[in-house]
Amino acid sequence: MAKSLLLISRQAPWSGPSAREALDIVLAGGAFDLPIGLLFLDDGVLQLASGQNAKALQQKDLSANLQALPMFGVEDLYVCADSAAERGVATAALALDELNILSAPQIAALIDRYDQVITL
Amino acid sequence: MAAVLLIGSVMKFAIALFSAAHAPSSRRALLFAQAALAGGHEIVRLFFYQDGVYNAADSLVTPQDEQDLPQQWRAFVSDNQLDGVVCIAAALRRGVLNNEEAQRYQRSAVSVGAPWALSGLGQLHDAIQDADRLICFGGA
Repeated sequence: MAKSLLLISRQAPWSGPSAREALDIVLAGGAFDLPIGLLFLDDGVLQLASGQNAKALQQKDLSANLQALPMFGVEDLYVCADSAAERGVATAALALDELNILSAPQIAALIDRYDQVITL
Repeated sequence: MAAVLLIGSVMKFAIALFSAAHAPSSRRALLFAQAALAGGHEIVRLFFYQDGVYNAADSLVTPQDEQDLPQQWRAFVSDNQLDGVVCIAAALRRGVLNNEEAQRYQRSAVSVGAPWALSGLGQLHDAIQDADRLICFGGA
């Protein structure tokens, strides 16, 4: 049986290529049909904030890549409730559907369920 | 837990490195890799991603009184005939090109060569599947 991987994405979308490169690991795993989960933690929740204007920063929009997750078979998507609350990101209007909003104890249990973890 | 498992059993490690050559975590990665082999364990692959690609760059010049980490990585990978993979997309973005990519994109600077291979993220997933443990250095 394939080993499962949890990617913990902790960087804001406009702080350099880190968020995009973290997402690329997830999309590549999905393309290979591997069991893969994605958790948005700390500043990573800012990737999910709605109403962002990438053009104003002369950046490429990350949200199109996020929308590709279900197409790549990545459906285990999680967001840290505390991280969102601390940053004023409303969990009622996030940029992705089908997100699981987790408390800190639930995140501990989530990490425990996966064989391997990458934090970026 | 991990320390207990290491005793008496040979482990297969995949090592991922995300930090630049001047970062302390990159040195820790090399020390870990050396210790893993010294302990009789196997390294199925080294995968350099994000700023970790700079650890494979021939073009880094380290001051004489400092440790030349890219040179030490090269020697370590060559001497032990390891599979050292540099993510091609991360490398291109950072100007770390091998001969083939420099020609493809018509750039004059070639900054990575043997023993490193430029390849895709599939090589990371492949190593994760093959290894007992994925050990990451750098990153958030």
